[in-house]
This record gives sequence, structure tokens and C-alpha cells, in this order.
Amino acid sequence: MSLTPSGLSLPGPSRRTLLRGAGGAVALGAGIPLLSACGGSGSSASDSKTVTVGSNSSDAVPKKAFADIYAAFGKKSGLTVDVNTKDHNTFQEQINSYLQGTPDDVFHWFAGYRMQFFAAKGLATPVDDVWQKIDGNFPDAMKKLSKGEDGKYYFVPLYTYPWALFYRKSVFQEKGYEVPTTWDQLMALCKQMKKDGLVPIAFGDKDAWPAMGTFDQINFRANGYDFHVELMAGKASWTDAKVRKVFDLWSELLPYHQEGAVGRTWQDAAQTLVSKKAGMYLLGTFVGQQFTNEADREDLDFFAFPEIDPAYGQDTVEAPTDGFMLSKAKKNHSGSVKLLEYLGTPEAEEIYLKSDPNVVAASTKADTSSYSALQKKAYEMISGAKSLTQFMDRDSRPDFTSTVMQPALQKFIRDPKGVDSVLTSIERQKKTIFASE
Amino acid sequence: MTTDIPAKSPEAAAVPPPGAAPVKQPAKQGHQRLLTRRDRLTLGLMAGLPTILHVTLVWVTALASILLAFTTWDGIGFDTIKWVGFDNFKELFTNNPQFWPAVEHNVVWFVVLILIPTPLGLFLAVQLDKKIRFSRVYQTAFFLPVVLSMAVIGFVWQLVYNPDTGLINSVIGANEPGKYIDWIGDPDLNLWAVLIAASWRHTGYLMILYLAGLKGVDPALREASALDGANEWQTFKNVIFPTLRPTNTIVLVVTIIEALRAFDLVFVFNKGAEGTELLSILITNNIIGESSRIGYGSAIAVVLLVISLAVIIPYLVATFRKERRA
Repeated sequence: MSLTPSGLSLPGPSRRTLLRGAGGAVALGAGIPLLSACGGSGSSASDSKTVTVGSNSSDAVPKKAFADIYAAFGKKSGLTVDVNTKDHNTFQEQINSYLQGTPDDVFHWFAGYRMQFFAAKGLATPVDDVWQKIDGNFPDAMKKLSKGEDGKYYFVPLYTYPWALFYRKSVFQEKGYEVPTTWDQLMALCKQMKKDGLVPIAFGDKDAWPAMGTFDQINFRANGYDFHVELMAGKASWTDAKVRKVFDLWSELLPYHQEGAVGRTWQDAAQTLVSKKAGMYLLGTFVGQQFTNEADREDLDFFAFPEIDPAYGQDTVEAPTDGFMLSKAKKNHSGSVKLLEYLGTPEAEEIYLKSDPNVVAASTKADTSSYSALQKKAYEMISGAKSLTQFMDRDSRPDFTSTVMQPALQKFIRDPKGVDSVLTSIERQKKTIFASE
Repeated sequence: MTTDIPAKSPEAAAVPPPGAAPVKQPAKQGHQRLLTRRDRLTLGLMAGLPTILHVTLVWVTALASILLAFTTWDGIGFDTIKWVGFDNFKELFTNNPQFWPAVEHNVVWFVVLILIPTPLGLFLAVQLDKKIRFSRVYQTAFFLPVVLSMAVIGFVWQLVYNPDTGLINSVIGANEPGKYIDWIGDPDLNLWAVLIAASWRHTGYLMILYLAGLKGVDPALREASALDGANEWQTFKNVIFPTLRPTNTIVLVVTIIEALRAFDLVFVFNKGAEGTELLSILITNNIIGESSRIGYGSAIAVVLLVISLAVIIPYLVATFRKERRA
């Protein structure tokens, strides 16, 4: 075409632009594998001097705490830790594709069913060799939490925290309230608080998980730890009279909860406790993050959820435990093992706790002398527990808790009278989900 | 393509050079030269690459998700895919308490967008078309929400509706115990609260579309109707609005798309809690995230696909029929 002498120059440039367009398309095509590669990172760091860690600690405080641990580890071992931090929720949501792609050597995760699930799927490497070194540092309850279904260790715990009812000491003193230890006392206290113009129990369930905490507490107080396990594993029925009893008790307590809970975040609910408008708040110790003023923080205290059935007393504590796992595609095995061994020492835990005073060490060897009063109490509560639970969404299938339980509990909170239809619906959906093993 | 170009180019080559008599011979050579290896490669790239991209990114994925809708799969390894026939759909239609509300909300979303922002956008466009003072300023102000991403809009409105510290409850004093209005959590309110936010954005979008349509209306039509003694409303109703037909079609299509793809705003607002369930959010909750019920989520996606096709196919059929007539 360019040979025609008549100046038919148009096709030339237009073809060039088209080619450029084609080039763009090629680049676009090349972008697809690139995008999928974004899931993992640190592919450049495959030398034996570096261990990569996938982290979900995107908040400033824990992020700094972990950085301190890795710095201390680096000094000790001469290895560099390359941390790949992702937003907490994003990390959790992408965990499936992350672990199947090119995961980091070591990654942050939770104890319990959620850990066992990935272990059973072959997406994690057993760490029995690590536990030979760190075995003495942990109590039996923690060892149980760190094992997969096959009896091998897959998890190294770092810290834990209990769920409990939080309150302001000054408010209880001023109004002459006493810490309730039985259900009847709790109900009486709620009535009194309401009379005194307080919101008895602060509550925010916009994120849909806090209500699970309330369910867990009432459930294992009324029906015991074993039933909690059976129910979470999909074995017990949700239409069982025992479950119905939990919801009946909850319906009794619900009028004393803060109104409009489904539209409120847990942070906003915590603010009502900070501002002394609410009397109590059922949450994990991380509620302390909302107490930014030192004096307010000193004033914060908690007590275990009151006894419902004397046969079970207050023997179970909900204590979600966070720690580390070893991925299947680790590039630096010996380095990773060294890092995990270090993370299982009291030393590493103490460094972490220095920066994050809302949790306690998973190890019983860690130094408790620097603990705040709140941490000491949490530590006693956990070490004195007969059984530890993790939390509904850590003790059960995540697909069940996120797609069935979260909306169902929100529905119950809004309309406690419709509990029967909610429960039959949960049971029907549960059967399908747990059948698809 | 290959047959088109050689058929046309001899003509094209023959017309412009006026003095070149021995045109026929080179033209035949040119005919052959057009199909040199380089040209074929170019054409192949030009046609092939977009085709490959389109097929892999649109058709293969769509077909894969249709196939997956008849399986259960947790997304880990291909050997865990299990064929279950219509079980996912049975489960969806009979057991999922969120499914039918979600379908209903998608429909409500569409109806509300047609009933509120569409007339409002048209009204604003007509006003702005009158060359009033500061029309550019108003135009910008109304169009601004369209520039913001849906996620940002969701975040902003979520602050407005916050039950404790939000603007509305603070102003009307509904943030105290006993007087709470839970805009975000109450299923009787939250869909409407979100729809106000969605309409706020959509109005600006439709205003621009209608404004563009109005600028294209022949001024002679207005003059003619003025000469015939029609008042402003009559002119609009009988002369201007009928000429906006193509714009109306676009608006309809845009609004249907908007109603079916509604997702980000609600997801940021309250994650699709009771009252604001949408099909897109159910798909996301089931597929993305730890839950990984990929087969089940795909079944919901197939339902959304069927609904989309049910809307799009009649539209395409009507358009093609019109073209054939023309």
C-alpha cells in the first residue's frame, strides 16, 4: 500500500496505530498473569538468608509489635524477615487463593477449626520439629489448640485474649453495683441499670460477628463446652431444645442491650462504655483499644459471663488465639523453622506484649510481672479455665458462619420473636453445607 | 475481513491518482501485496488478540461459572469439584432466606431509579438547558457525585446515617435510647436510605445524559411550536420529549445496568444486612472470602445472568428489528 505513488498515506499511519493498539492488547494480556501473581509476594527473596512472612496485622500497634519481634530475631539468627502485610479483612478473605498461589513461608493465622481446615487440605506444613523445642513453653490447652485433626502440630500460638463482660469500676462504685455471678443477678443488675438511666449492655452488630460472641457465652454456660463443640462441628441440631434455650435466655437479656445494634459498629458501641452511658459490654479485651485516655483505661475492668447452669459453672473461657503457620510452598524451610521456634519463646511474646497491652501471652513461661492489672486478670482467667473455645467463626466452618449464622443472628437480634423460623432455617442450611465435605 | 479489503482497495487506488493511466497492472500487484505475510500477521493480531481476550475473559469464564453452578467446590484443588446437578438451585430457591429478598431488592432498585432520579434528572437538564446564569456551576454541582466512586459515596452516606453520631439522627435528636432511628440496620428503612444515596448519584448522571440530548434538539422545532402558540409545557410534552427518544433508550439501559450491578454502595454501607440483600452481594459473600462456596455462589450468579439476559435480549431483538426496517 505504501508503494502507491499517489500519496495514499492514510492506511500507513492507521495501520501503525492499529498495531500500537494490538501492542496494548498484548500488554493487557500479559497483565493477567501479573495480576494473579499479586496474590503472593517476595518471589525475589528466595535466598537462604530471608524468611518471608504473610501478615494480617495491618493496624499500627500490632504491626510495630511484630516488626520489633522480627528485628530481635534478625539480631539473634542473622536472618532477615521480609514481611508482607495486608489489610486484616482482606487477608482473611483472600486466604484460600493466597495459600494456593505463592504464599509466604510463614503466615499469621488463628487456632482452632480454621487452622485444622487448611492443615487437612494440605495447604500447611506440619511443625512437629518446631514443637520439639518449644513444647515446654505452653500449657496443655494451647497444645490442643495447635494440633490438626491428624494429631500433628500445625500452629505456633503467640497471644490470646478472653471474651468477658467489661465495665467501668468507677460506675459500679458510684452506683453501688456488684459483679453478678449468676444469671438472676445479671438480670437484676440490668434492671437496676435501666432504672438508673444507663444502657445496661452496649451492643453493636453491624459487622455481624459480635453477636456470635454473645451466643457462645450463653451457649457454653447453659449447655457446656462439649455441646458447643458438637454444635459448631455441625453434629448437634440447631432445632435442639438446648439451642432453643440459649435463644430464650438471650431474648430475656436482649431488651437490656443497646437499641439499633445492627446499624452500629463495635467501636461506636465501645464509645458508649467509654463515655459511661453504658454499664457493661460483652466483647474481647481488644475493647481496650477504644480507651485512648490513660485514666479511662485504668478504670476499665471485666468479669466472666455469669453462671447459668451450675453443672458447668464458669469453667469455659472464650479465648481466641492468634499465631503462625508454615505454608506448603515454603522456600526457606530451615529459616522458617528457626523463626517459628523463636516465635514460640516467651522472649518473642514479651516483645509483642510490650506494644500491645490488650492481649496476653499464649505461653505460661512468659514474664507476667510487667502485665497490667487487666492483663493479669485475663491471664488468670485463661489459665484457670477448664476448656478454651476460640469463637463461633473460628470453631466452625467459615462458609457456615459467614453465610448462614451472621445474617441469622442479625435477624434474631432485630426480631427475637421469629426465633423458631430462624432456627429451622439455620438447621436446613447447615445440613447442606456440612454435607458438602 | 480479508475478502473485504482487496475488494475495496482497487477502487480506492483507482480513483485518486488522476494522471496515472497504467493503473490496472499495479493494482493487481497491489491486490497481492495486500496479503503479504506481514499484513496477514497484522490482521491476525488485530482480529485474533481481541478475540482471544474476549473469549477467555468473557465466554470461557461465563461458561465455567455456569458449569460450576451445578457442582460443589471449596476452591481448593480441582479434584474437589463434585457434580450435584440442580441441588444448588433447589437449595437457593427453597432454603436460602436471603435469596428472594435479594431478587426483590434488585427490582425495587430499578423501579426507584426509574421513578425518582430519571424525572429529576430530566427536570434539572431542562432547567439547565434554558441558559440560566451560572448554569455551568449548577451542572458541575449536580454532576459531582457521579465522579465519586460508589464506595466513597457509601462511606459518606454511612456517616450521615450513623445511628449515634450521624448527621440526621443528631439533627433530629434521634440518637438517644428510646428514640433511635436505625437507618442502617432496620430492614424497613435501610433499603430506602441506601436508595436515596444511589438516587443522589444517579440523578447527576441522567441529568448529563438528558442535557446532551437536549443540546441536540433542533432549535427550529422550538421556534415552530412557539409560532403555533404552544406554551412551554406543551412544547416540551409534544415536541421536545418525543425527540429525546434515543436518549430515553440509553437512560433505560443505563438504569437497568445500574440496578443489576448495584453492589459497592451497599457493601460499604452495611454489607448487605437484612433489608438490603442484593444478588451481587450474595454472590460475593459465597464465592469470595473464606467461605468459598464456589458452586453455590455460581448458581446465584447464573440467576443474575438469566435475569440480565431476560432484560437484554428483548432490547437487542427490538433494536435489530428496527435496523432491519431502516
